[in-house]
Amino acid sequence: MAYSSAIREIHSLQLAEIRDQGLYKEERYIHSPQSANIRVEYPSGATPKTVVNLCANNYLGLSSHPDVIRAAHDALDRRGYGLSSVRFICGTQDIHRELEAALSRFLGTEDTILFPSCMDANAGVFEAFLGPEDVIISDRLVHASIVDGIRLCKAVTDTYKHANIEHLEQKLEEHQDKRTRLIVTDGVFSMDGDMAPLDGICALADRYDAMVFVDDSHATGFIGKTGRGTHEHFGVLGRIDVITTTLGKALGGAAGGCVSGRKEVIELCRQRARPYLFSNTMAPPLVAGALKVLDILSGSTARRDKLEENTRFWRRGLTEAGFVVKQGESPIVPVMLYNAKLSQDVARDLFDEGIYVIGFFFPVVPQSQARIRTQLSADHDIPQLEKALESFKRVGRKHGILGLDKKGIVEKFGM
Amino acid sequence: MEDVILEYIRSEYLDEDDEEEVELDANTPLISSGIVDSFSMVSLKRFLEKKYDISIPDADASAEAFDTVASIARLVQRHQGGA
Repeated sequence: MAYSSAIREIHSLQLAEIRDQGLYKEERYIHSPQSANIRVEYPSGATPKTVVNLCANNYLGLSSHPDVIRAAHDALDRRGYGLSSVRFICGTQDIHRELEAALSRFLGTEDTILFPSCMDANAGVFEAFLGPEDVIISDRLVHASIVDGIRLCKAVTDTYKHANIEHLEQKLEEHQDKRTRLIVTDGVFSMDGDMAPLDGICALADRYDAMVFVDDSHATGFIGKTGRGTHEHFGVLGRIDVITTTLGKALGGAAGGCVSGRKEVIELCRQRARPYLFSNTMAPPLVAGALKVLDILSGSTARRDKLEENTRFWRRGLTEAGFVVKQGESPIVPVMLYNAKLSQDVARDLFDEGIYVIGFFFPVVPQSQARIRTQLSADHDIPQLEKALESFKRVGRKHGILGLDKKGIVEKFGM
Repeated sequence: MEDVILEYIRSEYLDEDDEEEVELDANTPLISSGIVDSFSMVSLKRFLEKKYDISIPDADASAEAFDTVASIARLVQRHQGGA
């Protein structure tokens, strides 16, 4: 038997080490569709309890929207369950091209290519159009999937301090000898909820002859006046050369991602991007569901407007209550606790109050930056958020952290 | 030389907020601790080459060689000596 007891022992020790470091991730079982209220079995084996969900990427509340579900059902009947093929053999239906065209219209780009996920889009996009003559200059806090994609590419790499335009300019100057300079950033940063200054970045790109790449997974559908994304918010529609984004968050939340932008880059992805070439095509019900989502969003901004209103209420409420909140405008609202154990204790107490949140700590966020990341949805309403805020205050009082700044919390609980 | 390199690492990699929190000396692990990201080693290498008028072959610019200020200084001295 090839899986010997010695090897089993090695793997068990590695798992024990992960537990000892406090890094072991437990999954909680949810007994309901995704929504503002969910039924959670926690701890495992307990009777499921209905809680307010403040940690989903379901920003627009479309994950269980009846029209989206109906569109998916309909496609299941008309186009089937799966295609058992990659795109270029026999896996491209009319609706795949329809969705790619709809995404291009929504994002204001020349063309779009679907991937099984945005993780795959980021893993495949860089090596499809960059080589050793080129340089990728990325923000130091970009998402892990971008880091992996850059590693797979032969281009020279460099980084700039988070959202720091002056530092980016220095790096662009340094790399004027390269064929292509590609600036890479997230639109909204997933752990901090802040935005990349795309107006300044695009101005630098013009000055130093660079291309711009934005992963807008935590923005597409709701950032900007009509929800097109971070590029709309900063008034640079049409000036981002490559956008990657996901269908797995605001846009229905099922699965799928895409690369959208300059048509030659998209065509190169279609010919070369390995996660595209060697993965199965997106299943028809998911494609049709995403098409319905874009249809809903193109017809009305009501959902993103409500999300904006919920976000304003929540940010103001937490701040006035005396929590340390990372400033920003996005519906990602991190409550800073700095100490890892404190973040776990507060999350557990909130669960007892009927609020579902997760404490994040190293290595998901930097050392001594533990936090609870709350995320708003258009499915929440103000009375529900008022109740949630009261729960936060009760738990905050219990731990004696209301009104304390970073220094105060660290003095009391340590780093 | 170590002080010059330390100063560069501080200004290049630490934000003002971090400076008081992160203890940095010649033996602090840089890449393995996450202070320096491996993607920006090209900038660090370029800084050393310009500052000390040397040429460091890519094969020598490994994550291990760049992992502490002390090891970086040794690498620079080796190339200065060979020049």
